Amino acid sequence: MADTMQFDLVSPERSLASGPATAVQIPAAEGDMTAMANHAPVITILRPGILTVTAPDGVTEFAVTGGFAEITPEGTTVLAERAYERHADNRAAIEAHLEDARKAASDAVDHDKAGADKMVSDLVHLLERMQ
Amino acid sequence: MANLKDLKNRISSVKSTRKITKAMQMVAAAKLRRAQEAAEMARPYTEKFNDVMSGLAASVGDSPTAPKLLRGTGSDKTHMLVVMTAERGLCGGFNSSIVKLAKQRAEKLLGEGKTVKIVTVGKKGREQLKRDYGDYLVGHVDLTEVKRVGYENAQAIAKDLLTRFDAEEFDICTIFFSRFETVISQVPTAQQVIPAKFDGDAPAASSLYDYEPSEEGILADLLPRGVAVQIFAALLENAASEQGARMSAMDNATRNAGEMIEDLTIEYNRSRQAVITNELIEIISGAEAL
Repeated sequence: MADTMQFDLVSPERSLASGPATAVQIPAAEGDMTAMANHAPVITILRPGILTVTAPDGVTEFAVTGGFAEITPEGTTVLAERAYERHADNRAAIEAHLEDARKAASDAVDHDKAGADKMVSDLVHLLERMQ
Repeated sequence: MANLKDLKNRISSVKSTRKITKAMQMVAAAKLRRAQEAAEMARPYTEKFNDVMSGLAASVGDSPTAPKLLRGTGSDKTHMLVVMTAERGLCGGFNSSIVKLAKQRAEKLLGEGKTVKIVTVGKKGREQLKRDYGDYLVGHVDLTEVKRVGYENAQAIAKDLLTRFDAEEFDICTIFFSRFETVISQVPTAQQVIPAKFDGDAPAASSLYDYEPSEEGILADLLPRGVAVQIFAALLENAASEQGARMSAMDNATRNAGEMIEDLTIEYNRSRQAVITNELIEIISGAEAL
């Protein structure tokens, strides 16, 4: 088995996961990336997507809607604004976000528009994967 | 001498007051525990966030391309004061001490010729500020219906503030809340949130990390979130402080009621005896007269 690193997933309200992980697939703003032990230090923004954590005792998946991740050789910390376990029960919460994002996108002008539209499409994509 | 029936009524009314304050104290104790837990759970996020942000802020620092939320508008004419208080009273000096601090600040700023705008969070603060500063109130956030403060409440407040900031309604924003130290000590605190100030002690982080996208890009994304994070932390501190203050206020009230009951009971017994003695004297002197 590959080396493990410390993994933490925290949201403003609570800590969702903490423990050793071998690999963490992060939905970064510019594309998915996978962090493993001894990764070079990176700080990246998240886009709405699925966060996949491979731990020695199994794989867990979370839906996150934004925030950022700090990757160091020793571990990965994901600070998600909202995080849910990937589960059909949590679809409603994501749908509420999508509703907000759609509204924001329709209000947005010029340069904000592209970002808001991307947010909507990311959320739609996330919802499709939440089955 | 007060008559016996009046005394009896007063004793029973104080007794039921004591029951109420006792119950409120116990409820506050339970809520305090929950509020403290919530504050503790939020701490890792806030700490991490501030660490990363202070690193970023230090490395981008004063560069002219830095976002306005970090650099400020370059002026300090208009101040926004966000006064966070409770929705309910009966919690000792909790609301008044926050309002007092905000009033002092407003007084000082007005004295310096600055413009002051006030947004209140929580009904009690608004009531107290309306009298003297009614003209400066520009907004109010009602959390009466909120049983437990969540991040989305903080986000809503932050969003409102950011919209106002983008519309150049103010230059500097300060939040007023009560920091929870212990059950008996809550410290009213003023904290500047816009332009952002981070108290983490991380050194300039640029040398350490790769950034995706650029440092400026990350800052632009995270700074607005930072406002929400700070407001959320303040709301949680406030919630814990409120319950702590209520608990000790109600504890005092309960003890006071107990003392009052003792005093009243002694008075009641004395007057009861006086009445009996009086009656005896009347009977005896009546018998002697025969």
